[in-house]
Amino acid sequence: MKTPNELKYTKSHEWVKVESDGTLTVGITDHAQALMGDMVYVELPETGRKVEANKECAVVESVKAASDVYAPVAGEVTTANSGLSDSPETVNKDPYGAGWMFKMKPANTTDVNGLLDAKAYEALVASESH
Amino acid sequence: MGHRTPLYEAHVQAGAKIVDFGGWDMPLHYGSQIEEHHKVRRDCGMFDVSHMVVSDLKGAAARDFLKLLLANNVDKLKTRGRALYSCMLNSKGGVIDDLIVYYMDDTWFRIVSNAGTHDKDLAWMNAAAKEFGGVTLTERADLAMIAVQGPNAKEKVYAALGENLRDAAGHLKPFHAATIGELMVATTGYTGEDGFEIILPAKAAAFTWQMLAEAGVPPIGLGARDTLRLEAGMNLYGSDMDETTTPLESGLAWTVALEPEERKFIGREALEKQLAVGVPRSLVGLVLEGRGVLRNHQKLKCNGLGDGEITSGSFSPTLETSVALARVPAGVKLGDKVEVDMRGKPMTARVVKYPFVRNGKSCI
Repeated sequence: MKTPNELKYTKSHEWVKVESDGTLTVGITDHAQALMGDMVYVELPETGRKVEANKECAVVESVKAASDVYAPVAGEVTTANSGLSDSPETVNKDPYGAGWMFKMKPANTTDVNGLLDAKAYEALVASESH
Repeated sequence: MGHRTPLYEAHVQAGAKIVDFGGWDMPLHYGSQIEEHHKVRRDCGMFDVSHMVVSDLKGAAARDFLKLLLANNVDKLKTRGRALYSCMLNSKGGVIDDLIVYYMDDTWFRIVSNAGTHDKDLAWMNAAAKEFGGVTLTERADLAMIAVQGPNAKEKVYAALGENLRDAAGHLKPFHAATIGELMVATTGYTGEDGFEIILPAKAAAFTWQMLAEAGVPPIGLGARDTLRLEAGMNLYGSDMDETTTPLESGLAWTVALEPEERKFIGREALEKQLAVGVPRSLVGLVLEGRGVLRNHQKLKCNGLGDGEITSGSFSPTLETSVALARVPAGVKLGDKVEVDMRGKPMTARVVKYPFVRNGKSCI
């Protein structure tokens, strides 16, 4: 399982990257994609959609199951990774890179400070697998 | 820890994701379920199905006993080595299990049934055998089973296990078996592709698996086995039928032999009653219109005829869309549109004839 140090994480298995302009890029973690198996369908939020923290804003479906993706913090969706609709398997192959799901502008720039760091996320995954 | 087949170590070494399946630690996939699915459709692959239950029924009365026990008629098996798919019913016509029975010789039939129903199947069969008399049932836990499936499966089996298999089994039509030494090689399967199911001594399983791997046969997990069988329109026990449904409501009327009338198999009376009043539900194929994935237990609205439910739903890697088997009220016809409740969102699915895929080609 890969857990890049420079990213923030949620308890619901999203990763968050704080870009230099303050926007956030969001995807699902390597652990989450491995649990779900081969992705076959990704439903992304529309640009401009207002999202609330910990509320569902996207759906990923694998051969095995459907799962909601939650907004890590409150804010507004600025763009979504439309390439995933034709190649959802990108989420499996490159969850932290080309498999990103959407970008958003947070309502409060300090909200990301409340998210988990890599170490805390790894501890969470370890506790869930017991 | 669950039960483990003789191939468990081979699965772990091949990087399998191991899951519990009916009390067995089995490989779900070895990396990518979809890639494994395509390998079987386009080339070939091998499945460890040693968790399935092999039982040998022996005795002078074996054939007569099976004519009572099974809804299909073993008298269709006229020559040695022929195989028959059948349901085993309770007295209410509910399906206890589905199985394949092989005619080995006049006093010996081999039964292959599901792992998840092991205990109740053996209890039922043993009780029935005791009452009937003249037969003995022996579970063959000393045997393993490997399915090699796909358009190139047979050639790879000959390359791996010897040309004598071509001589012994190469000419077999579907649903036949040949015995070569300690191997039983059958032209049965659960994928809708050409290939063999090989029953062999458990102690020879790891070596045979390795020989097949060296001949270029990749291992395939139970995940792909499920999408392959769904595309092939084959029922899964526990999902598409169980003790609360009859075969007539499960797309399995073709496996019920009501002729000859005098054969009083267990469940016959209940099925005749159901036919007399009309079978209330049927199993149909569905193709999703639009994006998303049909899932087991999603509810359907069927044009004022009543509600239905998806019994097996998944993404179809071959068709690149979602397909399902669903139980719907009688009166739903091919071409009808039904409404599926997909996570609170109404979506449309079209009723189609299944199988969805046979021998690598779309049938819809």
